[in-house]
Amino acid sequence: MKKSSYPGYEAIRRKGWLAAHKWLLLRRLSQLSIMALFLVGPLLGVWIITGNLNSSLTLETLPLTDPYLILQSLAAGHIPQGTAIIGGLIVALFYFVVGGRAFCSWVCPVNLLTDLAFRLREKLGLRSATSLPRYTRYLMLLATMVIAFVSGGIAWELVNPVSMFHRGIIFGTGLAWLILLAIFLFDLFVSRRGWCGHLCPVGAFYSLLGTHSLLRVRADARARCDDCMDCYLVCPEQQVLRPALKGADTSPVINSPNCTNCGRCIDVCALDVFQFGIRFDRSDSSRSSPNQAASPSTGV
Amino acid sequence: MSSSLTKPGTGKRNDSRRRFLLELGRSATGVTLLSFGIGLYSRQSASMPANAIRPPGALDEGEFAAACFRCGLCVRACPFDTLDLARLGDGVTTGTPYFTARDVPCEMCDDIPCVVACPSGALAPELEDIDQARMGLAVLLDQENCLNFQGLRCDVCYSVCPAINEAITLEHIPNTRTGKHARFIPTVHADACTGCGKCEHSCVLEQAAIKVLPLKLAKGELGRHYRWGWEEKENAGSSLVTPDGEHRYNLPSSKRYDFAGEGLLESGE
Repeated sequence: MKKSSYPGYEAIRRKGWLAAHKWLLLRRLSQLSIMALFLVGPLLGVWIITGNLNSSLTLETLPLTDPYLILQSLAAGHIPQGTAIIGGLIVALFYFVVGGRAFCSWVCPVNLLTDLAFRLREKLGLRSATSLPRYTRYLMLLATMVIAFVSGGIAWELVNPVSMFHRGIIFGTGLAWLILLAIFLFDLFVSRRGWCGHLCPVGAFYSLLGTHSLLRVRADARARCDDCMDCYLVCPEQQVLRPALKGADTSPVINSPNCTNCGRCIDVCALDVFQFGIRFDRSDSSRSSPNQAASPSTGV
Repeated sequence: MSSSLTKPGTGKRNDSRRRFLLELGRSATGVTLLSFGIGLYSRQSASMPANAIRPPGALDEGEFAAACFRCGLCVRACPFDTLDLARLGDGVTTGTPYFTARDVPCEMCDDIPCVVACPSGALAPELEDIDQARMGLAVLLDQENCLNFQGLRCDVCYSVCPAINEAITLEHIPNTRTGKHARFIPTVHADACTGCGKCEHSCVLEQAAIKVLPLKLAKGELGRHYRWGWEEKENAGSSLVTPDGEHRYNLPSSKRYDFAGEGLLESGE
């Protein structure tokens, strides 16, 4: 493998290692510190957040509840009480602003595992021909609702790796590591970005939640793009890049709800094509050609 | 579809449609099979192991599966570390709270912090008096091995019961082994037992003779349309059915019958 062939090499050379890993580092920091906040209670007796990702109480005042769980509970025929509803609204509002799938890349512990599987897969040069459509996750989302309705219980929680991983770290895993191992191996050998990018109904739910989210990655400087493909290689949802990056008549905003706002494309782009911004175009730059969009005056 | 395939010019569109339908069919089949598995597993996990007891105020098992968020706030709220969240493979629905009375029983806090902490209502906030909790029901399962049944005065389950003399009483019966002593049988009263499990926890035997079981297993129930005649009579002040006629014994004139006077008597007595 040629040294300059790995994605981000050029960015490191031009911007320095730290700048080329800025968002990745921040993201890991976010994932780990959220885990740490949950853990200092049971480990050190300092209770900042009690509970787990399903539902929690911060500093004994702020309730947070997974809105997806509330929907499943409703489908199963239970109307959760006020605290849960308030907690769910707060979470829903938050992700409505920062992008639903920011949960996946900035909070969810399974992401650490699947990112690792992806790194390993790339490093070992593994290829597999499994063609799993990305919309399968929405079928999964639908299925979880249907099982909740039919079985009269939140059945998805019996096997949900996301909550199981998080709960396992805080309350003890049991056999949950088997499911996590299965996901790791699936991502490593069977399907590239298989779980998070194709199957996970939690991510599917949050993508719907963030369909109109305010915070977006923008490719305002897309005219600078030299087609090095580094962003495609690191992006967990490659299909979201093209419309913003290459569509001459479309907005430079990555509008797909499946973008996880991980910011890795910003990191690895040596030419600083991408940046975080809001979904709305200030001027009429959405109509302008890529050449105009690249001019410094419109680059936000 | 096969007929349209033969038309020239439509082949390409048909191909992509076929591919799409095939792909959709495949993933939908996979998802359906998976859901089927999860559904079956959820049915199976709805049957709790008999030694797993839910926290106070827990809704019926069926509703509980729909209501519990598996967040563990009740576990954290419990000052006695009684509760635990079920792990995958535990037999109890994964992530839901339970306790094992033999290990750590419920101490029946007056302020019921676990119920207060529950965000979803799976532990019903309507429960304000812990004495009204019905986590399970204690049953003297193996009375032959109970020390009291053998005529000893162990009495531990009775003594530790938070509702002593209401939930557990000692009922005297003759000790036929010695012929002259009484046996003090621990007797559980379902109308007062909260299912806290302190009796099971403290039973001195190697294996507890008295155990707390989920209500579904332990509790008998009269058909809803049945009434206890004597209770209804007392409530109403008089019999609700046609009163019994005065009983006649058709005895010879020299005899009469009086129960309290010890039965069959001579007329003159």
